[in-house]
Amino acid sequence: MNFAPETSIDIASAVNRATAPSAEPKLKVEKLNFFYGDNHALKNINFDIPEKRVTAMIGPSGCGKSTLLRIFNRMYQLYPGQRAEGKILLDGADLLGKQLDSTVVRSRIGMVFQKPTPFPMSIYDNIAFGVKLHESLSKSQMDERVEWCLRKAAIWEETKDRLHTSALGMSGGQQQRLCIARTIAVRPEVILLDEPTSALDPISTSKIEDLIDELKQEFTIVIVTHNMQQAARCADITSFFYLGELIEAGPSAEIFTNPREARTRDYITGRFG
Amino acid sequence: MASLARRRATDYTVKLISTGFAALSLVFLAWILWTLLARGLPALGPHVFTKITAPPGAGGGLLNAIVGSLIQIGVALAIGTPVGLLCGTFLAENGRGTSVGNAVRFVNDVLLSAPSILIGLFVYQLLVVPFGGFSGWAGAMALAIIVIPVVVRTTEDMLNLVPIGLREAAFALGAPQWKVVTFVTWRAARAGIVTGILLAVARAAGETAPLLFTSLGNNGWSISLNAPMASLPIAIYQYAASPFEDWVALAWAGALIITVGVLTLNILSRLVLAKMK
Repeated sequence: MNFAPETSIDIASAVNRATAPSAEPKLKVEKLNFFYGDNHALKNINFDIPEKRVTAMIGPSGCGKSTLLRIFNRMYQLYPGQRAEGKILLDGADLLGKQLDSTVVRSRIGMVFQKPTPFPMSIYDNIAFGVKLHESLSKSQMDERVEWCLRKAAIWEETKDRLHTSALGMSGGQQQRLCIARTIAVRPEVILLDEPTSALDPISTSKIEDLIDELKQEFTIVIVTHNMQQAARCADITSFFYLGELIEAGPSAEIFTNPREARTRDYITGRFG
Repeated sequence: MASLARRRATDYTVKLISTGFAALSLVFLAWILWTLLARGLPALGPHVFTKITAPPGAGGGLLNAIVGSLIQIGVALAIGTPVGLLCGTFLAENGRGTSVGNAVRFVNDVLLSAPSILIGLFVYQLLVVPFGGFSGWAGAMALAIIVIPVVVRTTEDMLNLVPIGLREAAFALGAPQWKVVTFVTWRAARAGIVTGILLAVARAAGETAPLLFTSLGNNGWSISLNAPMASLPIAIYQYAASPFEDWVALAWAGALIITVGVLTLNILSRLVLAKMK
């Protein structure tokens, strides 16, 4: 018989049952270990993230879920002393390897942060900044792109008359949708969301959740959240992390109603974390 | 336990003493400004800005000194700003916690508090002795060495105030580091950086010691950087020590011009900071 290690969870079949049609995973994490200096923060993670689905990562603070998110777009490489071992395959190519440049990885895998981070420039320039890094567009093409992504982020009506005013004058919820628009504008394949609504009020939160539902038609979405209702509402797949290990992952309905692991059940019923 | 009345009395006494000392320090500032206005204003006139140095009694002015100061400060700024800006950027963006960064920061702090006469002597050895004479270039270089550490320090401090999240957001879009710095970090810190440069100008404008051994001063009209060049602080130094009444009056006028200029720059930098925030 063949015993897989405890943290190696093959969710592909479960996902396929729940979210057919089947396809190769967009992101395939293989034997991933991560270190902050001597601190072993992620332990032998094996995890498939399906294309054009919303995958949520939940778990108590310090469990490694944000760490994993920041490995997907190589954000950790900005900090000396942080190091990853193993593989993450993006459409089959190892994005941790040398063959992919970090700027290319980040253009294919966009990220929205916990706190809104508008640049100190106009709404229009906030979007144009990212686009100009990867494409040279004419003025009219850029105008179209700005409108396209602001519409996608459901913020066009609120911003169309003040595109050339500072983005810092917007409300927090608007700023966060601008940050999503800015990320979409680069036309990534994957969008990483790191607790995107934890700094927002309930109305802004619900707008962003609706948006996530829209965006999964075109993008693969990975979201870290502390809000389990949010994971249940938004995510097709939910994964539970604890102390640097992936405890279990599967269709959200199963994870929230009938988890296989006792630790998952304890967490989602609020017994710890 | 002290009674309420006693605590109130202590509070009152401490307030009284600190207010007294604050007033005392302001008294000296006001005194200086008053003396400057009282002696400088009567000495001001069109001749100050239109005539160059002349023998006592011949009705000379400060034109050559004012222009010389402006030229030397301008060249010092042209040299010192890019060096200071880039060095400060290195310290904030790449030098945090590294041994090179710590060494550069330490040396810069030493330079910031180095006596300015030492900087004058250094440039004298470097640019005056080997090239066989005092020159405007040497004066400008000495002022640049005054400007650089101020700009380095303020640039680094201001860039450190920019949240890491803003940089990460720019990196997350796939920006290379030089674009993150020039388009996002500098822009976010621009008000503070400009203020630092204006303060560096104000500091350099009043320096006398670095110019004594470098540009020397010039009683004639010369705007060549290759020749000795006049400057306001040196003109004040020469005129104030002379026994001639009209020269001493010109010294007061020059002192007033520098003070008003530096004050204007300080106010301007505060306005820039307030407006950009």
